[in-house]
Amino acid sequence: MEALLKLIDKNGLIVAFLLVGLLTWLTDVFSKKILASKIPGSAIAIFLALVFGYLGGVLADGENGLADLPLFHGLSILGGSMFRDFAIVSTAIGASFFLIRKSGLLGLTSLILGIGVFFLGGVVLAWVMGYRDAVSLCTIGAGACTYIVGPVTGGAIGASSEVIALSIGTGVVKTIAVTIFTPILAKKIGLDSPGAAMAFGGIMGTSSGVAAGLAATDPKLVPYGAVTATFYTGLGCLVCPSLFYLVLNWLLG
Amino acid sequence: MIKGLALLSFSFLLGMWTGDLLGAWLGIEANVGGVGFAMIFLILLKEGFSKKGWWSTDLEFGIEFWNKLYIPVVIAMAASLNVKSALSSGILAVLAGTIPVFFAFWVFKILVKSVKPS
Repeated sequence: MEALLKLIDKNGLIVAFLLVGLLTWLTDVFSKKILASKIPGSAIAIFLALVFGYLGGVLADGENGLADLPLFHGLSILGGSMFRDFAIVSTAIGASFFLIRKSGLLGLTSLILGIGVFFLGGVVLAWVMGYRDAVSLCTIGAGACTYIVGPVTGGAIGASSEVIALSIGTGVVKTIAVTIFTPILAKKIGLDSPGAAMAFGGIMGTSSGVAAGLAATDPKLVPYGAVTATFYTGLGCLVCPSLFYLVLNWLLG
Repeated sequence: MIKGLALLSFSFLLGMWTGDLLGAWLGIEANVGGVGFAMIFLILLKEGFSKKGWWSTDLEFGIEFWNKLYIPVVIAMAASLNVKSALSSGILAVLAGTIPVFFAFWVFKILVKSVKPS
């Protein structure tokens, strides 16, 4: 038994392939046999993975969900940013440059709209909950954009560590919310074409959430959503601590 | 196969580098659109290779493999997110993380209706 545990510990990435493969297999069968393919197997697998991530957090009390348990630590390699970005880039192989160029302006518009909507939403909610200083409001608003924009902004304008932690939490909740609600609402909001997916990536911004949400909706749309979403965090890091902070400061006088 | 994988890696590194340079040029410590640039480089390389007649199904297989691995990567990512602390970092994090999302779905619906993208 000890030898087996050692083996699992040494080959974390391989174990992760096995675990994800098993989960996918089970959810595919469940989707086909029980749900008559009404909800795609991958959507169920992603949702269950989030639940496991929660349980892992409860059991291990770490920062990487299920991957904090020694048996599952390979999941953080397979699901880490390197493999995530590499796999997202590879989806471009199924994308058409013609379509991307055609919807370029729509993508840009949606990026600006998206950062504005999330920042404003975060600031208003933080205001309602009692925050009144420009630094905290701006950091939480930035966290509502993505969990990277939040701490980058907070660090730049000198927010307290609790507020920065709160902004990261807000960003992670956003990623989870986008992941869960994208496949549920896709049809209702007209998310069914490459152009729409590009606008969606720009508005939602969280590359993990957009990528996971679109994967569960229609994998063909993933490259289009990812190509705009990838600019969101950078643009957010650019405008939140500068332009948006100055405007907030001025408004609060 | 490995040639396709090398092509993907080349696009990836070149794109990430472009994103880092753009971030540094804008004066922020973040990668700006690295993944997006990498995707555009990959698409352009594919077109260039196809024109020259260098593109083959074997070469494409090396990239296609990663394309197919994409959903498993997302599943692993979801399982290693810090879900617990996100949900326990307070009611504000949960509200500010979800309410704007619904608002954004609504904005998206209006935007798509008004533009009718292809």
